[in-house]
Order: sequence, then structure tokens, then C-alpha cells
Amino acid sequence: MKPAGFTYHRPVTVDDAVAVLAEVGPAGKVLAGGQSLVPLLNMRLAAPEHLVDINRLSGLAYVRADGDGVTVGALARHADVERDETAYAVLPLLRETLRHVAHPTIRNRGTTVGSIAHADPAGELTAVLALLGGTVTLRRAGGQRTVAAADFFTGPMSTCADAGELVTSVTFPVPEGRTGAVWTEVARRHGDYAVCGTGVVVTLDDDLRVAGARAAYVSMGPEPVVVDLTEAVAGAMYDDAGWPAAGRLAAGLLEPDDDIHATAAYRRHLAEVLTARALREAAGRAAGGQR
Amino acid sequence: MSAAEELYEVTLVVNGVPRSATVPARRLLSDFLRHDLELTGTHVGCEHGVCGACTVLVDGRPIRSCLQFAVTVDGAEVTTVEGCTRPDGELGPVQQAFRDCHGLQCGFCTPGFVTTITAYLEENPAPTAEEAREAIAGNLCRCTGYQNIVASVLRAAELRAEEP
Repeated sequence: MKPAGFTYHRPVTVDDAVAVLAEVGPAGKVLAGGQSLVPLLNMRLAAPEHLVDINRLSGLAYVRADGDGVTVGALARHADVERDETAYAVLPLLRETLRHVAHPTIRNRGTTVGSIAHADPAGELTAVLALLGGTVTLRRAGGQRTVAAADFFTGPMSTCADAGELVTSVTFPVPEGRTGAVWTEVARRHGDYAVCGTGVVVTLDDDLRVAGARAAYVSMGPEPVVVDLTEAVAGAMYDDAGWPAAGRLAAGLLEPDDDIHATAAYRRHLAEVLTARALREAAGRAAGGQR
Repeated sequence: MSAAEELYEVTLVVNGVPRSATVPARRLLSDFLRHDLELTGTHVGCEHGVCGACTVLVDGRPIRSCLQFAVTVDGAEVTTVEGCTRPDGELGPVQQAFRDCHGLQCGFCTPGFVTTITAYLEENPAPTAEEAREAIAGNLCRCTGYQNIVASVLRAAELRAEEP
């Protein structure tokens, strides 16, 4: 249960980091917080030849929030995002979600960007980024690109990032209009992987009628699943909408798998109940101006 | 790779004392503390971040030392269970609380609980029983059933509050 040997790189600038990544190509792996990668190395499920440790790139340890959204640099720990008061003020969904991500000890080290780059379909932040229609910024030697979450996640544990690219930041946009958002999940123990988790955003019009409802899920498919549930509740008053119907609609659209923790049927049941519950709560928040 | 493995000098301030050793990059912080610095209070259980026995404080925050390479945290301040005593070497408040409340049986998991709770009480000096339970949710204990560990968290908070 010890990692295999590797060649270690410790760049101190982003330019150096992407130069090394370009040089080592697919034989290289980026090490940030290590909370997903190091277990894989310890169990020798992965044995990359080169590790590029970005923990010295202190310029990427930022959380920037303004009225448009929250941008998180590649070295900001989950705990940094969770504790950032400005980020909480503009997008409280992030803190609410992060409290479900593992345990505080893991969040002290694990990075938000790292969990998104890892693209674990059970990772809450991947689902939130997809739910909000966020973006991912990647640097490579001599260039940079920004891609939408929908294009970034290409499958379980896989993204569109090329071997020579470093994800330098992700941006979670604040939803437009009068919106409320909620994260909720069921796990066997708080902090464990969710059996089913959902994040939702409800948009209300000026008369407090439902104008939009969408939801994203973890542990319900091979990659973050986002579904639009507006048709089930459009035009209803925020406190009198048919949320159970929206839950049923969601459950019908999802295709979860069986595993040792739950059957697909149970997961679908959870999705139905949690979706309805989260949408109702989110609508109340939107009506109350709480986001 | 093994014959020609490159070595790095790593210096940490451990429990207030600068300590150095020369190790390969793949040396985990847990093994660095135990093997290279001979501080065997930090225990290694699962080695994949689940059990919490290896928890130490790095720059004041609890982390899993089995999920970190020593070379990554070069230069950091580390507190292990050996550093959770009082300055005179007597048991610190969390350790005393574990003794008072019978918070350990075999003791294997205890170093991880003591470091985790020490940091937690800095942040929340007066937790409720429910908060205490939540605070230790990331650490596994196979002996106690956790009741006495929750009691130890609350007792440690009392002991800290009584201090001048």
C-alpha cells in the first residue's frame, strides 16, 4: 500500500508547470490536493511515471467572487471555498454543497478544481458546475482555452483536457433572474459518497410563478446528469406547484445503475423524493430572495 | 526506478522543532513522521484516507498524512499527537478527556481522534453533542462505539474552558 516510484516535478510557475506537462505528455499526472489521486497511487491502481506537483503555484490559491459568479483557482482547497464569505453571499449553493463533500479533514486538502478535473460522477462539485452551466479554463504551453462544463465532462473520470493541459480555474456563474438553489443528498453516513444526490435551481418570474426548474445529480449516471423539469411546473405559484410531478419526471429521465450500496430502483425512488423536496425548498428561497 | 530514485531533503517544523530528512518523493508524510523522524504516535490504518488514524495538523488544519507526500508539504508546520500535550509534558486537554471518559480501548485510532478534536475545538470551543458527533465522523473506531469519544469531545471542551 505504498505508491510506486515516479519522477517528481515541482514547478513554481504556471508556465513551468505546463511546459513540464507538455514534455511528459500522457505519462504525467497533476498532483494538487491528492485526496483522489494519492489513494489510487497508494493502492497502485495508478502508477504514472511523472507527477507534476502544483502545490507551489500559490498564485492559483484564490477564490474570487462578484455579482456574476465565483471563480476558483486550481490551488484553492474545498475548505477555502466553503469559508469564503463573499462566495457564500453571491452563491450560497457552493457552501451548502461542499458540506456534503467528504469530511472537513479531506476538504482541508482536496481542491475544488481538482475534484472537477478528476470528473468523478459521484463528485458533488462536478454536478454543481454542470447545473449552473459553469466553465473550465485550461492552460497549455503557449495558450489558454475556456470550455463549458457540458463539453468538459466526456464520461466517467474523463474530460476533454489534453495531456499537456492544466486546469487553472473553474467559474460557477450566478443563475440569472430570481432564483433559489438547493443541494441535498442521501448517503449512508454524512460525508460518504451519496447514494443519490441532487442540486436544483428554480427560477421565478415577477409574480412568483415558476419560470424554470432544473436539476443535476450525482451517483445517478456515468457523468453529471442535468435535466430540465420546467414543463412539470411552469406557471404555477411558487408555493403551490406540483413538485411531486417534477420529481416523477426527473426519476423517469434518469438511468442509474445497481451497485452494492443500492439498487437502481431505490436510487430512482430517492431521486423522485429528493428532487421534489429540493425544488420546493429552492422555490421558497427564490421567493424569499435568498438565492 | 528504485536504484536511481531521486532524493529530496524535506524540512518540517514538527511540534515546534525543525526536523529534516532526505527521502524519495514518494515518501508519504505518515511514513516520513514514523520512519524517518521516528515519531510513531501517528498511526497508519487504511492508507487510503478512510480511517483517519493518521490525521495530523499541517499549518493548523487537520489532514490525512497518508494522502500527502512529505516533499509536497516541505517547510510546513506539523502537529502530531506527540504535540498535543501540555508544555510540561502532561496530558493536554483532549488527551485528559479521553482518559476521563474512557474514550479509548485499544488506542489504535486515538492519535487521529486527538489531533482532529484538538483542531476542531479551536474552531468551535463549545460544541453540542450533535456537533461533537459530526466533528468525529471522519474517523473510524472499531472498539468504543463512539459514545465515549463524543463524551470526550464535550469533556475536552470543558477542560479547555476551565483553563486560565
